Amino acid sequence: MTVTTTDWETVIGLEVHAELRTETKLFCCCRNSFGEEPNVNVCPVCLGLPGSLPVLNRVAVEYAMRIGTALHCRVQSSIFHRKNYFYPDMPKDYQISQYDIPINAEGWLDLPGGRRVQIERAHMEEDTGKSTHVGGGGRIHEATYSLVDYNRAGVPLVEIVSAPDMRSAEEARAYVDELRSILVATGASDGKMEEGSLRVDANVSVRAKGDGQFGTRCEIKNMNSLRSLGRAIEYEAERQVALITDGGSVAQETRHWDESAGRTGTMRSKEEAYDYRYFPEPDLVPVEPSDEWIASVAASLPRLPAQRRSEIAAASGMGVESESVVTVVRLGLDGYVDAVIASGAGERGTAIAVRRLANEVAAEIGSAAHLTEPAFCRLIAMESDGSLTTAQARTVLRELLDNGGEPDAIAARLGFEAMEAGDLEAVVDQVISAHPDEWSRYVAGEAKLAGFFMNHIKAATEGKADMKAASALLRSRSA
Amino acid sequence: MTGVSDTPGPLASAHAIAAGVRAGTFRAREVLEEHLARVEALEEDVHAFNLVLADSARMAADAVDADVAAGHDLGPLAGVPVALKDNLCTRGVPTTCSSLILGSWKPPYDATVVQRLASAGAVVVGKTNLDEFAMGSSTENSAFGATRNPHDLTRVPGGSSGGSAAAVAAAFAAVALGSDTGGSIRQPASLCGVVGAKPTYGLVSRYGLIAFASSLDQIGPLARSVRDAALLLDSISGPDPADSTCLQDDPPSASARLEGGVEGLRVGLVRELAGAEGISPDVVACTRDAAEALSGLGAKVDEVSLPAAVYGLSAYYIIAPAEASSNLARYDGVRYGMRAANHGTDAADITEMYLRTRSAGFGAEVKRRIMLGTYALSAGYYDAYYGQAQRVRTLIIRDFEAAYETFDVLLAPTAPGTAFELGAKTADPLTMYLNDVCTIPSNLAGHPAISVPFGVGDDGLPVGVQVLAPALGETVMFQVAAALEAAAPPVALPSILSAGRTG
Ligand SMILES: [Zn+2]
Repeated sequence: MTVTTTDWETVIGLEVHAELRTETKLFCCCRNSFGEEPNVNVCPVCLGLPGSLPVLNRVAVEYAMRIGTALHCRVQSSIFHRKNYFYPDMPKDYQISQYDIPINAEGWLDLPGGRRVQIERAHMEEDTGKSTHVGGGGRIHEATYSLVDYNRAGVPLVEIVSAPDMRSAEEARAYVDELRSILVATGASDGKMEEGSLRVDANVSVRAKGDGQFGTRCEIKNMNSLRSLGRAIEYEAERQVALITDGGSVAQETRHWDESAGRTGTMRSKEEAYDYRYFPEPDLVPVEPSDEWIASVAASLPRLPAQRRSEIAAASGMGVESESVVTVVRLGLDGYVDAVIASGAGERGTAIAVRRLANEVAAEIGSAAHLTEPAFCRLIAMESDGSLTTAQARTVLRELLDNGGEPDAIAARLGFEAMEAGDLEAVVDQVISAHPDEWSRYVAGEAKLAGFFMNHIKAATEGKADMKAASALLRSRSA
Repeated sequence: MTGVSDTPGPLASAHAIAAGVRAGTFRAREVLEEHLARVEALEEDVHAFNLVLADSARMAADAVDADVAAGHDLGPLAGVPVALKDNLCTRGVPTTCSSLILGSWKPPYDATVVQRLASAGAVVVGKTNLDEFAMGSSTENSAFGATRNPHDLTRVPGGSSGGSAAAVAAAFAAVALGSDTGGSIRQPASLCGVVGAKPTYGLVSRYGLIAFASSLDQIGPLARSVRDAALLLDSISGPDPADSTCLQDDPPSASARLEGGVEGLRVGLVRELAGAEGISPDVVACTRDAAEALSGLGAKVDEVSLPAAVYGLSAYYIIAPAEASSNLARYDGVRYGMRAANHGTDAADITEMYLRTRSAGFGAEVKRRIMLGTYALSAGYYDAYYGQAQRVRTLIIRDFEAAYETFDVLLAPTAPGTAFELGAKTADPLTMYLNDVCTIPSNLAGHPAISVPFGVGDDGLPVGVQVLAPALGETVMFQVAAALEAAAPPVALPSILSAGRTG
C-alpha cells in the first residue's frame, strides 16, 4: 500500500513573539535598541541583580493593548507569572511572563484569502539576553565557553498564540505576513524577522484527511525567515507522515530547524521538557487598564491592513485579493493611494497608481523616501490623461525614485511630449507602406506580425507614441 | 580621640542622640567612637556583624558634624549609629546574606531604605549577621558563624535578624534595620529584649532588600524603645517608584500618638496563639500579664479567636519556600558571586557548573527550602500545595478582618519561649520552624505587628509580647506598644554590658 501526502492534512498553530518598539525596556529604564555594543543597555533590574525589582512600563502595556485590539481580542485585567527555568541568558533564571490571565484573549485574524485564524491569546513577557556559544558547533552543551549579551534582556515582547487553524505551509506564511502587517500598522512593533524582532515557533502535526482528532504535535523553533518557516513546516509534515506510514508514531518534542541542512532535529524530548513551575509574580501588581484607557486605545488605532485592502479595492475596481492590492498594503505604500484618491483620480487613475506602486515602487522600496505624494499624484494624472505613455511614466517614476523632483520638468527634460493624434497616424501609415509584404501577411491573418509593426512604430517615434493608440490604429487600417 | 564625656550613656536613645547632635551638645563623631569602642570590646563575643564599617562610618559622622557646623538642616536621625542587616544592598560594600554564594559581590546601588537613612543623617556602623538568606530563627544558619545573645552568650539571639537584634541589645548601634518574612524581626527582638516591628506590607520599599519570599518580606526597625522604633520606621516608610508593591499613599505615622494611652481602646487577646501548643507557660504568663496591664490602663481587653491562624505555619512553609526557590535561582555562578567550576576545569558543561556552584554555595537550610519550594510548585502538585496555602492565607485574612470589626489591636506572644542554647534546635528543623508560629499570621495577612519586651521567663531571659494591628494601623499599634512598654517590669541590662566590660 502506498500512502501519499495528499491523503494527509497538516495542522499548524503558530506562536509569534513580537518585540515592542518602546523607548525603554519592559521593567526598567534601559534603552530598548538593537545592534549596539554588548552589555551597554543594562542596569540592576534587567541584570536581575539581588534586591532589584521590576516596574512595569506603561507604554509597553499600551502597545500590547493595541495589538490585542487589532486582533479583535478581549482586552482585560491581567497578572504576571514567573516562568522558571535555568538558562545563562536569562538573568533571574525565571522569565516574567503572563500565564492563565493574559492581557489579550480570544481574538481572530482574517487572512487575505478570506480564511479566519482564531487567536487564543496575545500576552506580555520580557525577552532574554543573547548567548553566543564558542566551540562545539554553537550548542551550549558542547561549547568551550559562552558569551552573553544582556542588551536584549527585559525588552518587551508580545507573544501571539494562534489556534491550530492553519492547514499548509503557505497558509502559515500568509498568517505571519498578515500579522506582521498588522503589527507594523499598529506602530507597536517593526516586525523584522531578519533582525529577530519577530520570531515564530510552529506547532506542527499531521492527520489523515477527515480525521477529527489532532495528531501528536512537535514544536519547531529557529526559523529566521518566512521562507525557512515554510520549508520547516513542509519538512516536518513529511517527516511525520513518513514516520506514521512506516508504522511508527510521532513523539511529542521540541525540534530545531537547521537552515543549512534543511531539516529539523530533536532539541528536547517530552521527558526533557521543562517544568516551568509557573506562579504569580509577587513583585508586580495586577495590570488593570480602565475602560477609558481600553476605549482610547481602540479609538486611536489606525486603519488595519484588511480594511485598507477593501478600501483600495473599492476605489480602484481591483479585487480585494489582487496581488497588487495586497502588496501595496503589506509594504505600507497605501498612503500614496490615499493621496491619489484625494487628488481626484477616478477608478482608472487609482488602479494605475496601485500598479505603479506594486511594481516599480515595490521593487525600489528602499528609495521610496524620495517619492513625494504630490509628485506621485501628478505622475498618475499625466499617465491617466495620456500625456505620458506607460513606458514614459515608468521612466519618469524611476527618476523620481532615484533623485526626486517634479514630473512635468522631468518629462520635459526627457523630451516626453505626447504626440498629436495626426502625427501618430502619419507615422503608422509610413511604417505600413515601408513594409508591404509584411502588411499583406498581417492583413491576411498573421497576427504575430503586430509586434513587428509596433516595434517599428516605437522606433520611429523614439518611444513617444501611446502604444495603445498605435495598436488601435494598426487594427483599424487592416480592417 | 578624646573627650567623650559629653556623650550620652551607652543606652542613649536615637532621639537623644539626634537631638544632641543637632543642638551641638556633642558631635556625631564622638557618639560613633563611643559605639565603636564597645564594638571593639565585645564584638568578638557577640559576633553581631559580618562587616564593621568603621572608616565609612567615621566619614559619615564627620559629614554630619560639618553640616551642623555649617548650620545646615539635619535629618531626624542626625548622627544616630545604625546597623543594617546584611541582606540590604549597600553600594560598593559587600552584601552577603550570610551566604557563601554571593562571594565578594558588591552591589552597584543602595537599597531605598539605605538612601533614606543617609538623607536622614544616620551613620551606618556595619552589616549584621543573619540566617543565610534570612532563612532561620536563630542566626545559626550563617556561613560566617552564629551570633550570640548579649543577655547570655551561650544562647542564640533568635533570627533571622539576630545580628541586628544583638547589635541593638549590646548597644553597638542605637537602632538597626532587619527584615521580617515570618517573624525575623520580632522573634529576635523578643529573645534579645528589644523592640522590633514588622510594618504593613508595602509600607517600606523592598528595593534593595535581597528577596527571600517577596510577598511576605518587609523591612522594619529594631530599637531599644518603642519611640526609637517609631522614629526609625517613620524615616524609611513611604512610596517608592522603584517598588511596584510599595503603597502609593502617604504612610501612617508611627510616632503620632505614642503618648496617647490606651483608655477605651479595644484589645483582643488571641486565644489560639496565647494558648498554642508549644508556647511555654512563662511566655503565656507574660502575655496575660501584658493584657492585664493594658486593662489596668483603661483598655477593654477580651479574648478573640483566629481559628485559621494555627494553619499559618503550614501555609507559610509552602509559600515562602516556593517564592524562595524562584528568588534564589539567579545564584547560578554565571554573572556574579561564587562560581565553583570555571572554564578550563573539569566541569563538563553548564549544568555541572550550576550544580557545583549551588551545592557549594548554599547551606543546608537554604537547600532544604529550595527543594521544598520547587516541589510545591511542580506540575501536578501546585494546586494541592501552593494553591491550598494561598487559600489558607485568604482564610487568615478573613479571620483578622472579623477580629478587627470588634478590636482595635490584638495581643499575642511573640516567640514560644526565651532564647535557647546554641545548637539546641539545629538538629530538628521542624522544632526550629515552630518558633514562628505566633508571628507568621501577620506576614501572611500583610498586617503590621510589633514585639515589645514584657517581663522575663523562668530563666530570667527577656520575653516579648506582640501587638498586632490591621493594615496601615501603625499609629494605634505603636500607641499601644508605647503604653505596654511603660507598664512593663524593668528590664535588666544585657549581662555583657552590666559586667562592666564596655571599655
Ligand atoms: Zn535595565
